[in-house]
Amino acid sequence: MTEAAQVPTEAAGADLLLRAHDLKRYFDVSPPFLNRVIERLPRAIVKAVDGVSFDIGRGETFSLVGESGCGKSTVARLVVGLYQPTAGGITFDGIDVAGQTAAEARQNVQSRMQMIFQDPYASLNPRWRVANIVAEPIRARGLLPSNREVKARVGELLTQVGLSPADSEKYPHEFSGGQRQRISIARALAGSPDFLVCDEPTSALDVSVQAQILNLMKELQRQYHLTYLFISHDLAVVYHVSTTVGVMYLGRLVEWAPTQTLFNQPRHPYTRMLLDAIPDLEMTGRQRIPVAGEVPSPINPPSGCPFHPRCPHADDRCRAEMPTAHATGDSHVACHAVDDGRLS
Amino acid sequence: MTTAPANQPLLEIRNLRIEFPTRRGILVAVDDISLHIDPGEILGVVGESGAGKSLTGAAVIGLLEPPGRIADGQIILEGGRIDNLPYEEMRKIRGRRIGAIFQDPLTSLNPLYSVSRQLVETIQTHLPLSERQARARALELLQEVGIPGAEERIDHYPHQFSGGMRQRVVIALALCAEPRLIIADEPTTALDVSIQAQIISLLKRLCKDHQTAVMLVTHDMGVIAEAADRVAVMYSGRIAEVGPVQDVVRRAKHPYTHGLMGSIPHIGHAVAKLTQIEGSMPRLQEIPPGCPFNPRCPEADGRCRAERPELQWIENTEVACHRFDAPEARSQAGD
Amino acid sequence: MSVAELDAVGRVTDLVRRCLDSDIYFSFKSSKITMIAAAVTAAMFLAAVFAPLITPQNPYDPAALDLMDSFSPPVWIEEGTWTYFLGSDDQGRDLYSAIIYGLRLSLGVGFAAVIIAMLMGVSLGLISGYIGGTLDAVIMRIADVQISFPAILIVLLIDGVVRGILPNERHDDLALVVITFALAFSAWPQFARTVRGSTLVEKNKEYVQAARVIGRSPLWIMAGHVLPNVMGPVLVIATISLAVAILGEATLSFLGVGVPPTEPSLGTLINNGQNFLFSGEWWIVIFPGIALATLVLAVNLLGDWLRDALNPKLR
Repeated sequence: MTEAAQVPTEAAGADLLLRAHDLKRYFDVSPPFLNRVIERLPRAIVKAVDGVSFDIGRGETFSLVGESGCGKSTVARLVVGLYQPTAGGITFDGIDVAGQTAAEARQNVQSRMQMIFQDPYASLNPRWRVANIVAEPIRARGLLPSNREVKARVGELLTQVGLSPADSEKYPHEFSGGQRQRISIARALAGSPDFLVCDEPTSALDVSVQAQILNLMKELQRQYHLTYLFISHDLAVVYHVSTTVGVMYLGRLVEWAPTQTLFNQPRHPYTRMLLDAIPDLEMTGRQRIPVAGEVPSPINPPSGCPFHPRCPHADDRCRAEMPTAHATGDSHVACHAVDDGRLS
Repeated sequence: MTTAPANQPLLEIRNLRIEFPTRRGILVAVDDISLHIDPGEILGVVGESGAGKSLTGAAVIGLLEPPGRIADGQIILEGGRIDNLPYEEMRKIRGRRIGAIFQDPLTSLNPLYSVSRQLVETIQTHLPLSERQARARALELLQEVGIPGAEERIDHYPHQFSGGMRQRVVIALALCAEPRLIIADEPTTALDVSIQAQIISLLKRLCKDHQTAVMLVTHDMGVIAEAADRVAVMYSGRIAEVGPVQDVVRRAKHPYTHGLMGSIPHIGHAVAKLTQIEGSMPRLQEIPPGCPFNPRCPEADGRCRAERPELQWIENTEVACHRFDAPEARSQAGD
Repeated sequence: MSVAELDAVGRVTDLVRRCLDSDIYFSFKSSKITMIAAAVTAAMFLAAVFAPLITPQNPYDPAALDLMDSFSPPVWIEEGTWTYFLGSDDQGRDLYSAIIYGLRLSLGVGFAAVIIAMLMGVSLGLISGYIGGTLDAVIMRIADVQISFPAILIVLLIDGVVRGILPNERHDDLALVVITFALAFSAWPQFARTVRGSTLVEKNKEYVQAARVIGRSPLWIMAGHVLPNVMGPVLVIATISLAVAILGEATLSFLGVGVPPTEPSLGTLINNGQNFLFSGEWWIVIFPGIALATLVLAVNLLGDWLRDALNPKLR
């Protein structure tokens, strides 16, 4: 059983593309040195990601969901190398890319990973023309020899994401949010990656535009056999795009399972609560009692299971002992109540 | 305060037009819309960014930011016009008869004053209560909006509250003087889903208890479906469809609303591809003539490109779409 | 024309069109004071550049001066002549020519000082903000220390040190260079602080992270991505620093530690003129004074306008 916790999904084997193993990232949010000395404040550490393991198979869409501050965006940034992990490892296509000695390996695989960001207004340099924005990965790696070829490729990429090659002469501010996100996607595709990390790619967009972007991303995935790590707080979006879903709470993965399993038979009390909380069009006018409480501060997390203060099934063991993830059926759940059979 | 007769709406917006004069000409952000809210009713106003929904809300509470201005139309609260009142008069109405809840609770709370001070001040501005009575009422309100340990937390400062708790404080602030109407502009957008659910059910409960009407402005169809009694769908500064929430959500008539519903992913309905409305809402300076939705509409014809559709009753809802025009009118347009 | 040329022409016309259509041009056009200030600055700048062409006398050439013509009053006063229509000073120097040449020197020193300060400040600010850590702390503490002294004191200090090191005869030759660098040194922390602040904001924006994911080097990101986005406030500070540098040079020259008296700047002229203020030859100090005040005022007004025009909150 402990082995199961180490190796999350059975997608492992030949098809494994990315594996995160016991990933940790702590941030030092201590007050400045002088304040610490004079006011006798302690050092403060936020455990933004605290022991997260998952596997992503080739061609899969692995989604991480959770509320703000749960560490899902930090995981995304660890995977693409924007942050160095405090502990734990990441292997990409069998190559270790996170260790102290992995700088060179990281360089080699970096071109195979790209990221799509949340804010379409901040993710494009406002002073650059679209042509240069999209061409940046090509130029950075010297993928194409001449400017003429770069230009042709940019035009091709823009067409692919539903814009026109003529748009390459414009500046980002001339586009709407959805079009900017298309430019972002074109840039991500420019280096012909096989793995895309998408950090809330549609949460800043209007719903009708969100549908366009989600459709486009699915289409591109099919066309180029892309693998996605998809970060979102929107369960309906996650349901729509994912093959596997992981639910995060306070820096930990509390449950992960194939999409249908997770949505049809949620096991962890937190997953159940999230599913119950989303407003549903089908349920207009329904009465329900939402779960009380809020996410505690990650600087000072509760003892034992981090969810116990909000959990209706918590007992003494939950308050004292951190649960580890165990496989039950298709899903992996880190919950004492499920382990003890108190919760089916 | 006069109580409105039973058949009179609490708030009535008549032919409201909001303009932004710019150096490149006048932009019309809200174009000839009419709405009404009955006492105790929650009216959802939904639309994509730039549809004019927030401006409509701001116009009602008289907080339209210059250079934006009401160019035409009337806003009538309990039988009296409020759109042409001088600033001081309007300030008295704000808080007393109309409360406001905004997206970012931090902007509606003064970070330098404790919660109790802000509540007491607001209460005393509008109600003839002593300091002690006002404080008692403030405490009552905080308990009512569900702040645990209200006796203790009443003297805390806004930054000591979490986002969800802060939004509760803002709701308490809006309820201070028992207004008949609350304008809630994206009250849950900045919050996590679990907190969002708490705030929605709180709003619903309070409206029922106090018979307060709410104009709920949001882009989130889910929130509307959950909370509103009636919903008005806005597009490019106009109302596309307005009616009971069940009808609009389940049997959308306007092609825009219809597409909008299809583009929202549903848990439990696995689809390979979401319905997608091509393009995006036009910028204010590029609104096409006729029906503003016509370039994106799969069913648009010549009439849609030439003539602006008016709201018309179709079953329980009002829809602004030429698709529902009488056959004679359609054939006439075709000639 | 070749395709490339057509393309280039297209780009230029496109740029001109976008400039004329921009909000900045609009705000420029709608402010009369700014337009006047810009016209005055431009006129003074042109006069300075083309000084030899528009002046009757080279005030730096002792052979062109005639002591017999000294203390000639302005033309509208009795004894005034058109030759010296703004009057002449104690050495028979035509004041009009001296002012134009003085402007040339003042503007030259000012521009050079601001450009050096900008180069130093912007690069240090960028490095400080982007790299952070100890380097940031060291650079910023140096800037803090420097800002806590009055600029003129720093300039005097540098000038004094250089005077001490260099032999006297070399000093006059290098006076301009020394004063320029001294003024630049007193101005860089302003630039560094501003750029560091903007860099801290920009570096957390997602376009910078995107460039990092793409694999660009920090230096490349600083120069290609961050720099163009922090230049707005730098332009404002540069304009205001220009006014400060011109005043600084004038102050130093007035105090006699600036440029040598053989090559008068506006400050030297004022210094010289104040000796005669109470003996009736008021024009020797008043006209250079008006020139200096007008220049500084015009540049400051331009700076104020630029600050408002580039501030999106005020639009």
